[in-house]
Amino acid sequence: MTTTTLAVLVPLLPFLGAAAGLLLGRRAPGFVRPLAVLPTFAAFVLAVVVAVDQGGGKAIDAATRLTPTGSVPIELALHLDGFAVLVAVLVGLVATCVQLYSTGYLRDDPRYTSYAALVSLFTSAMLLVVYSGDLMVLLVGWEIMGICSYFLVGHYWETPEARAASLKAFLVTKLGDVPFLIGLFALATDAGTFRITGVVQAALTGGIGHPTLIALLLLAGVAGKSAQFPLHTWLPDAMAGPTPVSALIHAATMVAAGIYFVARLLPVFAASAAAMTVLAVMAAVTMVGSALAALAQDDIKRVLAYSTIGQLGYMSGALAVGDRGAAVFHLLSHGAFKALLFLAAGVIIHAAGTNSLTAMSRMGGLAKRIPDAYWTMTVALLALAAIPPFAGFFSKEAVLSAAEHTALGESQVAPSGAGWTVLIAGLLTALLTAAYATRLWLLAFRGRGAEAPDHGKQPVVMNAVLWVLAIPSIAFGLTTGYLGDWFDGRALTPAVTTSVLSTGVALVGGLVTYAAWRHTSALAARTPMGAVAAHPEGDGSLVEEEAIASHTRVYGDIASAPDPADPGRLLLGPLHRHAATGFHLDAVYSALFVRPVLAAAALVRFLDREVVETYVRGASAAPRWLGWAVRRAQNGNVQSYLSALLAGSLVLAAAVVVLANVTAGS
Amino acid sequence: MHLAYPAVLAVLLFCTGLYGVLARRNAILVLMSVELMLNAVNLNLVAFDVWLRDTLHAGQALTLFTIAIAAAEIGIGLAIVLAVYRNRGTADIDKLRDTAEGTGPDPADPEDPAAPAQKAEAAA
Repeated sequence: MTTTTLAVLVPLLPFLGAAAGLLLGRRAPGFVRPLAVLPTFAAFVLAVVVAVDQGGGKAIDAATRLTPTGSVPIELALHLDGFAVLVAVLVGLVATCVQLYSTGYLRDDPRYTSYAALVSLFTSAMLLVVYSGDLMVLLVGWEIMGICSYFLVGHYWETPEARAASLKAFLVTKLGDVPFLIGLFALATDAGTFRITGVVQAALTGGIGHPTLIALLLLAGVAGKSAQFPLHTWLPDAMAGPTPVSALIHAATMVAAGIYFVARLLPVFAASAAAMTVLAVMAAVTMVGSALAALAQDDIKRVLAYSTIGQLGYMSGALAVGDRGAAVFHLLSHGAFKALLFLAAGVIIHAAGTNSLTAMSRMGGLAKRIPDAYWTMTVALLALAAIPPFAGFFSKEAVLSAAEHTALGESQVAPSGAGWTVLIAGLLTALLTAAYATRLWLLAFRGRGAEAPDHGKQPVVMNAVLWVLAIPSIAFGLTTGYLGDWFDGRALTPAVTTSVLSTGVALVGGLVTYAAWRHTSALAARTPMGAVAAHPEGDGSLVEEEAIASHTRVYGDIASAPDPADPGRLLLGPLHRHAATGFHLDAVYSALFVRPVLAAAALVRFLDREVVETYVRGASAAPRWLGWAVRRAQNGNVQSYLSALLAGSLVLAAAVVVLANVTAGS
Repeated sequence: MHLAYPAVLAVLLFCTGLYGVLARRNAILVLMSVELMLNAVNLNLVAFDVWLRDTLHAGQALTLFTIAIAAAEIGIGLAIVLAVYRNRGTADIDKLRDTAEGTGPDPADPEDPAAPAQKAEAAA
């Protein structure tokens, strides 16, 4: 089989798996698990084969015309370059891990069938986005991901949090997708094609008429999908979904799609200095804001969600300074360690019976209960904090050194202001990232107090998946020397200045947090807090659902807890209150969008109920009265009917006679 | 013979029949009255046939049709009356009012059918 055929099979297999899973799930429950895991695994293997075949060399293009459209043609096109094949391998790996993990995590879930099928569909859509060489086909995958995320985030639809979160995820991403669609049309009109190669060619030769407008329209969609400020608010709330779904959304699919899209079309964005500056500012605000918010969250998964937003900020920062190699490098390493973080968090939530860091910090011996999750989580957190020699260090270094090059004017792709913005925000975020990673680790694993409740042994498959993902988290940095050739040929090796700087600030952040924790942890014993959902027999998803549903009731807030022993509270000081709510952005949106819409709905409701309905009621009243009168005559007596008939005939006869006389007389 | 005699006789017969159909209560008597009316028509047909000197005698032929149909009609009619009497113990037309409209909702209160629907919407 040729590489093209293999590449076509990669998105197709999970899609067929999803269809078969949905069709057969009810009738043959025994096939559900194989149908969930095997197609995804096969897609992963094929993606690896495609990557090896492609080898980072010349891009492979293949296309077939779908149907004549009369204007800009739409083609089923593949574009396999180094970016596409490597991202596809990541997607396949994470999706396979998530499917395997889900068989344990949602062991007893009644809706596992549709869940697994949707995860497969989600994977297939992301692989379509990755391989597609045509913007319209890419958009199809883009939108399928949107709807899949809606269904999967709302998996626990019995809880109001999950229902609200799924709607929010869908609406906020759609808010970005509308300008995105308009931007795609504008782009295709200017370039005369939907093919990515053609569009990039047009951008490089200056064939795009309105680069700033198009780039900004496209950025709106990217901000929605990749959770960048100001459209990031759906991501923390999406934590109401099951943990494996969070891992999938945050590591490989959905949020990665936006970054990947910009990387694909970077020449279009680079044609406009304004767009690059906007992207840089957006990335900087996202990074710093999300890192501050992460420091104040109580839900372990919300901490990770904000950290995802921050790491995505790094990637957009790299794109804003025109280095897509660094962006995709960070995308790959982040995908590995963020999937690991989420899956390990799932194990922790199951073992601890709560998703609240406050409750975990009052729980002793959690680390001993789940050694696999403890060690892999430690590795992943070190990678997240960019401590050498873990994967995150190398990819973050690539981003920061690219920003430094731009700031110092060594690279002409982006304005140097963008470089300085990204560099400074990146260093600040490195400090904060190390701080919240340390806080998470200390609160989760170094708690003191009563022994953690026993939830039995974790399923072997869940622990095995953690170790599989730990390998790239530890060792992905080894590929730094070779990866540059797969991308644009620019070296991704760390530079001395930025390495020393960022590792230094990361160490400072970690140590300061440790000192704060030493100071505050004494308070923990004095203020007992927290609630634990004990289900020794239940699977992870049941425990998590209860933990999400009870968080607001126990702490009075979905995001934070009034815990004086929290080192984040000491570090953030007066900022803590604002950071916990994500800097009140939800309140702003509610004032700007939600309330006007509700008021308009109330007005429409009034017009419909009181004004329109009055006419309808009036129209129905007249026939009703008439019908009543006629009904009175129906007394059932045949003789009265006949009398009426006779009377009628007589009247008619008389009328005929009279009329005949009148006409005869005139 | 003058045409007036059979015509007047026919009118008298018809009016008697009409009175019986409209005023009698017993179903059998009503059927008999119908027969009277039919025969009044027959008489007219024959009389006018003679008076017009119709060579085809269409009036007399039509009379034979009417008699045949009346025979069939009275047979079915009496059978129905018999069946009704066996079922209900009465053949009074006044008491056979199954086709009467029920006493439905009073239109004096036109809001009545809309009110439960509004309540259901408010609950939803």
